[in-house]
Amino acid sequence: MKAFSYTRATSLEAARKAVNGGGEKFIAGGTNLLDLMKLQVETPSHLIDINHTGLDAIEATAEGGLRIGALVRNSDLAADVRVRDKYELLSRALLSGASAQLRNKATTGGNLLQRTRCYYFYDTTKPCNKRQPGSGCAALGGFNRVHAVLGVSDQCIASHPSDMAVAMRVLDAVVETVKPDGTVRNIPIAELHTLPGETPHVETVLGHGELITAVTLPPPPSGKQIYRKVRDRASYAFAMVSVAAILDVQKGEVASGKMAFGGIGAKPWRDEDAEGKLHGGADSGAFADAVLADAAGHGDNDFKIPLTRRVIHAVIAQATGKDSQHGI
Amino acid sequence: MQTVSFSMNVNGRAETLTLDPRVTLLDALREHLDLTGSKKGCDHGQCGACTVLVNGRRINACLSLAVMHEGDEITTIERFAADGELDALQAAFVEHDGFQCGYCTPGQICSAAGMLREIAAGMPSHVTADFSETDIALTDEEIRERMSGNLCRCAAYPNIVAAIRQVAA
Repeated sequence: MKAFSYTRATSLEAARKAVNGGGEKFIAGGTNLLDLMKLQVETPSHLIDINHTGLDAIEATAEGGLRIGALVRNSDLAADVRVRDKYELLSRALLSGASAQLRNKATTGGNLLQRTRCYYFYDTTKPCNKRQPGSGCAALGGFNRVHAVLGVSDQCIASHPSDMAVAMRVLDAVVETVKPDGTVRNIPIAELHTLPGETPHVETVLGHGELITAVTLPPPPSGKQIYRKVRDRASYAFAMVSVAAILDVQKGEVASGKMAFGGIGAKPWRDEDAEGKLHGGADSGAFADAVLADAAGHGDNDFKIPLTRRVIHAVIAQATGKDSQHGI
Repeated sequence: MQTVSFSMNVNGRAETLTLDPRVTLLDALREHLDLTGSKKGCDHGQCGACTVLVNGRRINACLSLAVMHEGDEITTIERFAADGELDALQAAFVEHDGFQCGYCTPGQICSAAGMLREIAAGMPSHVTADFSETDIALTDEEIRERMSGNLCRCAAYPNIVAAIRQVAA
């Protein structure tokens, strides 16, 4: 780890005022940042510890939703009775990620900002445009089993690793931030993450020192909620493909629905236009065709395209009760 | 190079340390407090050998900075038999042969202790079928899922599950 200086902020104001426009990073759970600092993928000059800033409450909103403080731990969010009861797919997504130890530390805000698990991003001896802009992409011609098939560019094919963010994407969550000057803004989660394009090192619309303070969920959706994750191990593994679905089932048919995807996109993936295909007796094949129209594999990850089709089909079959096989 | 002074309670003792902020909680325990029961396996939060309890919750001590634990209460494997008698989990691991080389065992036992508290608090897991249920039965499937953050290179898993099942009963 490179040397850094450390500040323990005891208020939100102190945290934002500790930003001086240099190499600062906020640290909360630290489960991703410290991992990357040990490898010198991340080399902050100063860490601002925000664990004592009080952003750890889950509160009901006037609109009937929930406001989740940025420091709420993944395990606490998953176990919250209101989340389990009304936003079950969010609990399911959280509990399908990482291990119990990591979920006890990892936070809501940090989860949204976690970095890709691309092997070459982690390996400082290899070119990576995300880690070192302009150095190239070793994944394009290398091992790319875990990489994305949607939203990628010729500069970067890294996938976004989060499960939680996929659930929040389908729930239309809103991310609340504060800038160093105190300005507050609300960012729909669809607009938080950016695509790699020519600038894969830029992953979100957040400015330097802009801190996520909360995530707000709108009132609970009606319909069946499903989070289905396909991975190489039964537990403690990142998604090859995951689906977060909210499906309104009438008389054994999907009347309308929303689906977001993990493991296949450069960011938590959702295609609202394609969701039109889920209206009025969903044709899972037509929906999959629309979602995957622009999908492109790079060799090792080609399988993700047919796998996504099958998971879409399985999720719809599960929701409509036409298939009793739940353990794909 | 900056050093930071902080205090935490480790196994019932108040400890004040002045450390480079880079020092992880695991290295502070092992190298500065001579509590070498917690093990360094991968040092990247993947193996669980460094699992300790912080304010009663299990975490990976390797992925946390010591200076971030001002005021926290840390419990390591050394606390489990502090009076010279094996704790119930330790005794069950011996009885069921829940280890071979033993390197992962301190982490397994701290993790199991944290897991039993999570079950008692009604926290669900990935394999819990009904999320409205807060009285969760600790089946072998639940134990395996909840302990997936602790790897055992000797693959003593069936015996680890048996040991934990016995203590949970």
